[in-house]
Amino acid sequence: MTTVTNGVNVQALLDAREVLKGAPEAAQFTWRASAKWQSGVHSTIKVQSFFGLGEEQSHKDEWSFEADHPEVFAAEDGGITPIEYLIVGLASCLTGGIASVAENRGIQLRSVESVVEGNHDIRGILGADSDVRNGFNDIKVTFTIDADASREDIEALVAQSQKRSAVYDALTNPTNVTVEVA
Amino acid sequence: MSGKAAEQFTAVVIGAGHAGLAASYFLSQRSIDHVVLERGEVANSWRRERWDSLRLLTPNWQSRLPGLRYEGADPDGYMTVPEVTEFIERFAKVCGAPVRAGVNVTSVRPVDDGYQMTTDRGEIAARAVVIATGACNQPALPPLRDAVPASVQQLTPFDYRDPARLPDGGVLVVGASATGVQLAAEIARSGRPVTLSVGEHTRLPRTYRGRDVLWWMDAAGVWDQRYDELDDLTRARRLPSPQLVGTPERTTLDLNALDSIGVGLIGRLAAIRDGRALFSGGLRNVFALADLKMNRLLGTFDEWARTNGRDGEADAPERFEATRVPASTRLQLDLGGGEIRAIVWATGFRPDYEWLDVPVVDQKGHLRHEGGVVDSPGLYALGLPVLRRRKSTFIYGIEDDARDVIDHLARYVAVRM
Repeated sequence: MTTVTNGVNVQALLDAREVLKGAPEAAQFTWRASAKWQSGVHSTIKVQSFFGLGEEQSHKDEWSFEADHPEVFAAEDGGITPIEYLIVGLASCLTGGIASVAENRGIQLRSVESVVEGNHDIRGILGADSDVRNGFNDIKVTFTIDADASREDIEALVAQSQKRSAVYDALTNPTNVTVEVA
Repeated sequence: MSGKAAEQFTAVVIGAGHAGLAASYFLSQRSIDHVVLERGEVANSWRRERWDSLRLLTPNWQSRLPGLRYEGADPDGYMTVPEVTEFIERFAKVCGAPVRAGVNVTSVRPVDDGYQMTTDRGEIAARAVVIATGACNQPALPPLRDAVPASVQQLTPFDYRDPARLPDGGVLVVGASATGVQLAAEIARSGRPVTLSVGEHTRLPRTYRGRDVLWWMDAAGVWDQRYDELDDLTRARRLPSPQLVGTPERTTLDLNALDSIGVGLIGRLAAIRDGRALFSGGLRNVFALADLKMNRLLGTFDEWARTNGRDGEADAPERFEATRVPASTRLQLDLGGGEIRAIVWATGFRPDYEWLDVPVVDQKGHLRHEGGVVDSPGLYALGLPVLRRRKSTFIYGIEDDARDVIDHLARYVAVRM
């Protein structure tokens, strides 16, 4: 059997799965982002700390993201649109999932590229039509994958990555959201 | 130890369905004195806890029990519930099972030399106990059902008998295993608009290459795959039942068939908020997963036929249309708006071990056992999903399991004698 090197430490993930089966409390993570208004509709979001495995954790570095709206929204375009962060998350989550599942199934990947399109009727957020929702109407992801596998095996990789994707779940299923003033 | 004098047996079997009776068959073969305790009558769940139109998923020629096989005129047909009941009753007679009907076991607890049982007819003690109470004692219902408005009637497969007893109007069936697709189809045929909420499911054609799909499962060895050879046993034991129905026409009842008779397909029920049911937008992927899995299975059948020189016994290989994805799927239903009058929860079943005072039930309510040998010496189980083989819960799957488990039991009581 050839060794597959997609660069995912699948063994560590499988080991974690076994350990966390018997320790559900350690599996409780809290992800955090801190946002600060700049001006207009421009904000800066910083991400570094999170909680998991029973204690405070931290990314090696603090990551900073700019969010704004484009000029057609009469804004400064100092960053991508907030709703674009959702499709950034979806694309990266599915891509990481494909690499992990491929590693686990012994499939060598050569390239994985995707395009995500989220269709959005902005009459919702503008309040122009109360029957139109604020969020995406639908999202389409198209993968182009070059790998040592049949088309059916590649389709199975993509299906399994959706099945195990946090962001896919967060977008396709409702989530309780609480927004408060501190 | 209980102070009361208890009646003594070497072994007690709890449950006189096909599994408990098969245990009795092998216990008798080994001359192990035993009794089969049954809360109702032989084949009780079949008599009282099944809907009217139900038939076995296995064809008649495959419906066999130790020493008993189908001898009727329709080997390719599927038994109705009264026929299954009669078949199991006949098995009880043929094997002379010492059944005590109408005995409800309310407690089983470990004692020094085995187990003591409290029943509504007195105390019984045994060195070994076989739990054959079945895997489907109660419907598994999601907690979110509490948020369904009172104006919507809720039914489980235990309450449901036939569509005529449902209110007129729309019906939401939740769950697309064998139960869900069968009930969705018959309710739709009654003229009620049906919406089927579909999560992960197992798609199978009724016949493949002219043969019953369960012939292939058997012949290609899939059903004999042992529990200790499977990659993910926990998952195999939790698999939803395949989308199959036993009908005289041997028709396939997959989601395309339901779509053709007007059943609306909708994603997995995710939440109920303010009287609105919210559904997953991931329908397309559960279709893809089921289609891919079915095609892999059909591929293994083709491979088996080719390498074993059996291609001549079946028609040419075929592939089925992918599950058709609706142009747009609804993501919510207003349960208070009158469109939905009833919800049928086809969300699976769970066993009931309330009466079992032995610490062998895990957090999820399942018995801890290794191929039917429960994690407490002298305690055994039969008739649970993939107990020892993939076929474990099918009628004809019980023979090999019961033989193995009673072998173990016989060795256990011999050593302890």
